[in-house]
Parts: sequence; C-alpha cells; structure tokens
Amino acid sequence: MNFDDTPQEAEFRSQARAWIAANAPKQYEDELRKSSLGRTQLKNANILEVAKAWQKKKAEAGWACLHWPRDYGGRGSSPIERVIWQQEEGPFGKLSGMFIIGHGMCGPTMMAFAREEHKRNYLPPLASGEKVWCQLFSEPAGGSDVAGLRTRAEKDGDEWVINGQKIWTSGAHYSDYGILLTRTDPNVAKHKGLTMFFLDMKSPGVEVRPIKQANGASDFNEVYFTNVRIPDHQRLGEVNDGWNVSLTTLMNERMSIGAGVSTGFPELFDYCASLMLDDGPAIEDRAVRSKLANWAVKASGLRYTSMRAISALSKGERPGPENSIGKLVAGAMIQDVATYALDLQGAAGVVSGPEDADVAGRFQAMLLRAPGTRVEGGTDEIMRNIIAERVLGLPGDIRVDKDVPFNKIPTKGGN
Amino acid sequence: MNFDFSDDQKQLRDQARKFLTEKCSPKAVRVVLDGKTPYDKELWKGLAEMGFLGVAIPEDFGGAGAGHLELCVIAEEMGRANAPVPFSSTVYLAAEALLIAGRDAQKKKWLPAIASGEAIGTLALFEGKGNPSPKNVKLAAAGGVLNGVKKPVADGAIADFAVVAARTGSVGRDSDISLFLVDLKASGVEVKNLANLDPTRGQAEITFNNCKAEPLGAAGEGWSILTQVLDRAAVLSAFEQVGGADRALEMGRDYALDRIAFGRQIGSFQAVKHMLADMYVSATLARSNSYYGAWALSTNASELPEAAAAARISATQAFQHCAKNNIQVHGGMGFTWEFDCHMYYRRANAMALGLGSLSYWEDQLIDRMRKKNAA
Repeated sequence: MNFDDTPQEAEFRSQARAWIAANAPKQYEDELRKSSLGRTQLKNANILEVAKAWQKKKAEAGWACLHWPRDYGGRGSSPIERVIWQQEEGPFGKLSGMFIIGHGMCGPTMMAFAREEHKRNYLPPLASGEKVWCQLFSEPAGGSDVAGLRTRAEKDGDEWVINGQKIWTSGAHYSDYGILLTRTDPNVAKHKGLTMFFLDMKSPGVEVRPIKQANGASDFNEVYFTNVRIPDHQRLGEVNDGWNVSLTTLMNERMSIGAGVSTGFPELFDYCASLMLDDGPAIEDRAVRSKLANWAVKASGLRYTSMRAISALSKGERPGPENSIGKLVAGAMIQDVATYALDLQGAAGVVSGPEDADVAGRFQAMLLRAPGTRVEGGTDEIMRNIIAERVLGLPGDIRVDKDVPFNKIPTKGGN
Repeated sequence: MNFDFSDDQKQLRDQARKFLTEKCSPKAVRVVLDGKTPYDKELWKGLAEMGFLGVAIPEDFGGAGAGHLELCVIAEEMGRANAPVPFSSTVYLAAEALLIAGRDAQKKKWLPAIASGEAIGTLALFEGKGNPSPKNVKLAAAGGVLNGVKKPVADGAIADFAVVAARTGSVGRDSDISLFLVDLKASGVEVKNLANLDPTRGQAEITFNNCKAEPLGAAGEGWSILTQVLDRAAVLSAFEQVGGADRALEMGRDYALDRIAFGRQIGSFQAVKHMLADMYVSATLARSNSYYGAWALSTNASELPEAAAAARISATQAFQHCAKNNIQVHGGMGFTWEFDCHMYYRRANAMALGLGSLSYWEDQLIDRMRKKNAA
C-alpha cells in the first residue's frame, strides 16, 4: 500500500512536468480548467485545431498514446506512467476528448486484428492526432442490443459492399477513419453473423449527418452507407467473427480506466465554498454539508477504485467488468450534482447563458449533458446487469432471441 | 504507487478468514446474541494465541509489531465473521490511545495484557445523546478522582480498564479536556449493562464516584489525542464494516441463486439483480475509500483526518445498505430470528453510531476538506 512514486516513476513525473510546462498551450489553461461536462469549448479558438496541435506536439516528443508500442506511435509506458501523465497534464488533458475513441478503442482493435502493414500505416497518424477515428457500432433499432445491428456487408470479389445506417457515432463529422461492425450472415443467430472492418470515412457512399442533442450541441451523428465499398484486406478478424472482435474493442474501453471520470463534485464543492445563501455561506449549512459529504465519498471512492484497478493492471491482471462502476456511479451523480447546484441558486438557477448565469452556466450545461452520460456506452441498467452477471455470477436476462436466426427475430421501432 | 495489500498481508487475511470460519460460525455468534455469555471467551483467547490482538502493538510491548495494514486486514475478517468479542473497543480505541499518549509504564502495564487477551479495554467518551465534542464532556476530574456518568460505553461491562475523557477546566473548550486511565475493577466504579441494538457487543453505563484515575497524556491535550484515536478507529472500523458489507452481499447473492420463485431463480429477475449490483457498488466504493484510509493510517500521512472521515462515511453507508438489502433479497425469511441476516443488520446499525453518527462524520469531512483547500 504505497502512494509514493518509485524513483523511476518520480523521474518520469519530473520529465513529464518539465516538458508540459515548456510546451502546453497555456493561453487556454484557465478556460479548460473551468470547463466541465457539457461545456468544453474555447471562446476564441477552434478546439479541434488546438487539440490536434497539442496532440501532434506530444507525438513528436514521444508523449502520445503512452501505453501503445513505440512502433505504432506510442511510448510503451506502464499503466502507472499513464496515470502520472494524466495527473501532470491536468486541464490540458481535456483536449484529448476527441481522440478517446480512436486511442482507446479503434487503435487497440487495429493492433489486435489488422495486418502489420496497416498497423504501421494507420496507427502512428492516429496516435499523433493527425487522423481522427470513430467507432460505428450502434444502430437505430439496436440501442443496448448492439448485436441486433442490420447494416449489411456483402462480398463482391475482393471487396465488400456496405448498406445500412449507424447512429450515435461520436465525432463522425470530423473523423477520417472508422471501425465498422456489419452483418454478413442474417441466417444464423445474431452474434454469429457479424464481421468487423475499418474504412475511410471519405469513401463514396458514406454520408454523415450530425444529430442535434437535447443540450443543443451536436457531438453525435447518424452515418448512412449506400453501396460503400471496402477492400477485403481492411477486414478485422475472420468473417462472421465480428462479435469477438468487438468484445476486444469493448474490453479495451475498460483499459481506458484512470482517465478520471467527471463527477461534478469538485465543481460543486468550489461553488458551495463561495456561495452565499440567505442564512450565510452554503458550506456552513448543515444540509448542504451532508449532501457534499455524500458526494465527496462517492468521488473519492471512484478515484481510489480506479487506482486499485491500475495497480492490478500493472501487476499484469486484466481489467475486469468491475470497472463498470465508474460510469454507473459518475453518470447519475453528475446529474444529481447539477440539479442540486441549481436548487441552491433558487429562481436564478434557471438562467443558463454563460454571461448571465452563476459560474458561467456550467451547472446548467452539466444538467443538460448528463442524461447522455447515463446512456452512452451502455445504460445504467446495462451496467448493473454487467455487474450482476459477470461480477456476482447471477443468471443472465432471459433472451427470447437466443439461438434464433437473425432474420427470424421480430423487430419493431427503435429511435 | 501500489494500491493494494501485499502478498504477505493477503496471506494473513486468508489465515484470519480460515480461523474465524472455524471458530466463529453464526451458531457461535448466536450464543452471545441469545445472552448466554457477554462475549465469546474462547474466541477471544484464540485470537490472542493467533497474535491478532497485538498485531499492531510493538514487540517491546508484547505485540507482533506488524503494523496497521495488518490490523486492517484482520479487522475486515472480524467484520465478515460478525465476531462477538470486544475487539474494536480494546484494539482500536484503548490500545491506540495508549500507543499515542501512554507513558512507558502505562504501555508496559496494559499493552502486553491486551495482546495476550488478559485485559479488555474501552473508551468512555459519551454521556448520553450527542456526538464527540468537548462540550458534551461533563464528567469532572479534580484532585486525581473522577465523578460523573458515561454512557453508552462499548463493552463497558466486561472491560478491565477504560480510557476516560474528563473535564479538567470549567469551560467546554478543547483545552479543558484531559484523558485518564481507570482500572474498572477499582472502587468507586459502578457498571450497569444496557440493552442495545447489537447484543453481540455490549453497551454499559459506568458511574464514577470519587474514583481514582491516572492521567493519560498531558493535561489539556485530551481532545487532540481523542481526535487522533477516533480517526484511527474510524479507519479500522471501516474495514470491519467493509467485511460485514461484503458478507451481507454474499449472503444475498447466494440466496438469490438458491431461491426459486415463479419458476426461476429470483436472482434472474432484473429488480433483484440490480439491487445486488447496487450493493456491490456501495461495498466497492467503501473498500476503496478504506484502502486510502489504511494507507494514510499506516504512513501517518497528513491526509489521515480527511481519509478517515471519508472511509468512515463510505463504509457506514455501505454496511447499512448491504445489510438492509440482504434482508430484502431474502424476503420474509430474512426477517426471521432464525436466519442470520438480522445479525448483520444489527451490527451495521450499531457500528454506524459507535464513533459518532454519520452526520457527525459528514460534518468532520467537510471541515477537513475546507482546511485542506485553504492550506
């Protein structure tokens, strides 16, 4: 039980700190520090360009994708070095947001299933932020039932022809490449007829339509495929083995632990420390303190849970389904925290414009973004099922589509 | 960084679990629950022989001199087993107070006796309603004698000695509180057993009537010592609570797999699965907060006050949450005397109060976080 750096870790930390101090885009530091869930943007700059420039600088100096092998643009760092880097990078780490899917999921899937020449060609520009990747899994009728997807891939000589539609694709509107899960055999049970590819998002027949979200932003997209052609050598894994390939992707999502989930707690604590209520400072109020304490221990519990996971990872253990608790706890918490912060403001809490609202409207922005957090990457209910089934060993939900050929499963609706 | 117990510590945990599984079955706990004996004397003796009572007591004072991480490991197992022995009052409170503030002679007298199981100790702090606070200490110390009443005192009826918080000045300031060591077999001490939520760990009322007492630590330093003792005990108890929470979760899980209703295992119903998943989440958060507390305790880090409060709150919530929902999973069976669920429910709710209530620790946590932020 030791929180101190080893001599090697201390050396790594001091190198990272010195390099960040000399190279980070400091002009944006304050703005990034004050940004929170639902409001990470820059007033006088295009955040995508700033993020790409920062990522490129990191890559050139060997600080990009720390955990990837050097051959593919990484640094071959230990999980603990990744955490140290994140601690040192601080608010500048928020600039990595648009690379998370590529670095956390697409890259590792490529590493596991792409041919060597593809790895060498595609991975370094992904690591350096020059090329952005997205993940094309969800579909309108799918939702949590990912394997229920209907986008077809049909073999035509050395190519595959893709037709169908994806949805909820983060960052598709600025992505260069994507990994794509398709149905190649509708005559077998749904998990057994899937195949994974990667493709150029600029391919003819790919159409990206941004979705306007409840919070007014457009981070997600619908993506339409009309006779899109993908060469067979861009297939990832065997034909009809796409479900296993996608499980590798999702397993790697869990590896992204340690990034520090957003809970809204530090923002609320700061706010309560300065907020004056009718009877005095909010932080002196008994009811406020009780609420804060309850959220404080959830936030610290999550932080130390991820440190335990990192310790396990550094001993060579695989991250398990128990890491599902981060999103489950933080998602609901950020929603409650935002609701409470607005409650403390009374009638004024309704005002949301950054110029007029308290603390630049960050809690209003959080409130409107939070419902998405509880759904994306698996709903709260799916997360609880994962914990119940895979950690506690309880029986799976009854599945009436089990062992039924996909084209015999009744379907209706979706969103 | 390595945020885990060592292999040796895990081995100690296995050893403690094996020992307690054998010597502290639910059946054995029930002997105390049913009032046939105030605590499990055989188990207490066994714990001493295993070296568990003195695991964090230095070898010079008859202990194993292992350390507080080892004590955390054992505490968790005591919680899992719901052990009906005065472990927390003796080891977390009395022994820690002696370790922090005792003179050499005091340590030599009591610590080896604790480690060998010959002496049971406790802390006499509370005087009726209220949380730890200098202003709630009214028992008076003057001229080397104590006068006043303490209640509830954990394990007070079976303890050989107590660390007593007393008022040495007239005003309720921190600096008016001092600690005293009292031999409870001495004259001027009257002990009355009190019925309480968790009969597997007794509570008593102790009246001090011109009772002789020796100072523990410097005069006027009592509150500062007590704060340290309570913080340490908060971490150690948190491990007991985590152990209890885990066991309650396991009992619920096992029952959900075993019990068939509507033609299915009840654990296949999402409502039941999700309740158990939430129990797991609270137990996991509590465990992680407690690990941080253990690190702070074992290194005497400046983070200890904040870490202790966080561990205390998180573990209290988790144990209460798991214990009550374990009964819910069991349905009507869970509410019977015959099933073991209520023993954990009792223990969870009694432990939630013993070092000061949840709302007290919430208050402490926020104060401590503010201090840290201001620093």
